[in-house]
Amino acid sequence: MNKSIISVVGRDQVGIIAKVCTYLSENGVNILDISQTIVDGYFTMLMVTDTQKSEKSFLQLCDDLEALGKSIGCVIKLQKDEIFTKMQRI
Amino acid sequence: MTNLDEIFETNEMIEQANLDVRTITLGISLLDCITSDVAELCLNIHDKITMVAKDLLTVGRDIEREYGIPIVNKRISVTPISLIGASACREIADYVMIARMLDDAARKVGVNFIGGFSALPAKGMTKSEELLIRSIPRALAATEHVCASVNLGSTRTGVNMDVVKLMGSIVKETAELTREDDSIGCAKLVVFCNAPDDNPFMAGAFHGVTETDSVVNVGVSGPGVINQVVRSVKGEDFSTLCEAIKKTSFKITRLGQLVAQEASKRLGVPFGIVDLSLAPTPTVGDSIADILEGMGLEKVGAPGTTMALALLNDHVKKGGIMASSSVGGLSGAFIPISEDQGMIEAVQAGALTLEKLEAMTCVCSVGLDMIAIPGSTPDSTISGIIADEMAIGMINQKTTAVRIIPVIGKDVGDVAEFGGLLGTAPVMKVNGFSCGEFIARGGRVPPPVHSFKN
Repeated sequence: MNKSIISVVGRDQVGIIAKVCTYLSENGVNILDISQTIVDGYFTMLMVTDTQKSEKSFLQLCDDLEALGKSIGCVIKLQKDEIFTKMQRI
Repeated sequence: MTNLDEIFETNEMIEQANLDVRTITLGISLLDCITSDVAELCLNIHDKITMVAKDLLTVGRDIEREYGIPIVNKRISVTPISLIGASACREIADYVMIARMLDDAARKVGVNFIGGFSALPAKGMTKSEELLIRSIPRALAATEHVCASVNLGSTRTGVNMDVVKLMGSIVKETAELTREDDSIGCAKLVVFCNAPDDNPFMAGAFHGVTETDSVVNVGVSGPGVINQVVRSVKGEDFSTLCEAIKKTSFKITRLGQLVAQEASKRLGVPFGIVDLSLAPTPTVGDSIADILEGMGLEKVGAPGTTMALALLNDHVKKGGIMASSSVGGLSGAFIPISEDQGMIEAVQAGALTLEKLEAMTCVCSVGLDMIAIPGSTPDSTISGIIADEMAIGMINQKTTAVRIIPVIGKDVGDVAEFGGLLGTAPVMKVNGFSCGEFIARGGRVPPPVHSFKN
């Protein structure tokens, strides 16, 4: 498994989750967990995903998601999971 | 399972508190390039560097993207050139030629600095070391990316006062040759006592002879993150403050360890050390002075500053030691003037003087760093400042360094502009009494009594 985290932050609007999920399903990225909140009109979503089966390279996925974010007015980041686990756990 | 709070915390450190990997430094041994012909030597050096470091930039960029952590600098350090050039270089121009070649190689692989135009005359000076040192002003004036360093002493050998004397005039000559750019050449020249072999930070980086063929060293920096933590325990007692710094340092060092391991794996080069440096930048929110002031000082330089810096450094190291099995010896806070907005303000407000800075270097990571002084300062006074700093290193068994810039044509009250990460330096007042006769003695100060440990 290639566990990675997608974070989506931006002003709330209809269809953000749909657009992100559609992209992921079309590119073979499996979603393991989703958490989403709206605070003061700001939409924040974190997804735990597995990118192993995707035909695209990890960097290509990063670029695509960044571009998708721009097109819907959000900041979308794809990061490998190790940065969080290595940093926070002994 | 990855915890959501942890994701938020990490990303907040990166985005809001300017947490970054300050540098990935690829150390390359040039010992196998040695030959007796200068032109051939230059070619060998060029080929080796461009071959070993060809993927450095791409690997750095990939890691940056994949983990979402900025890597500010990608750099190279090489074996001290005085060793490499010893059998080929007969005159100053030969060493300048090597410097140009290093500069060219650095440009080709896309790194911003290449360190190792260095000599190690801590006890005695060889002919080739002297030749290299005398070539430094021309080499630094003729190149953009090359950094030079000279190790003048150590706890085991004492301090080579002949070279201390010589360096006063070399610093001054370097300043003269780059006077058009506020003497910026001196920002790329550092002198050391107890120089480590695995330092990833410029201008003092070189690939020591104790190292393997090539190695990846990483320097992580997070003054913004530490600053936030220090401010979050305002009013609490010292043990709480120290504990908070320690815990955060642990997290930052883990990040460095991750980046170092990845870079090492992808470049196929062994991993050396992680230095958890709190290295400031001129950006607001990236300042060591802010951390010290966050502990309760009105301005850096006020009484209490040395203690504040000491506890900061010690707890940064304590946190780092558990986070990585190879933490570098320079972990701790760097206190350059020009690169730290808070330090600049403290100098301008009259709170911070050269003498107080010298006291702070007893407990800081390295030493007197990026300090601008009047261009009219005599050579012997510069040597005197260097000698004082070497004494602190020698007696206290620590690494100390001096990177001082006599800005030609400027005086106290003026400001020198270096641009980019090197920042802006207010010209500081230097004690006007002479040490000329003291420095003129030359010779060597024998090692202190600590050197008899066995």
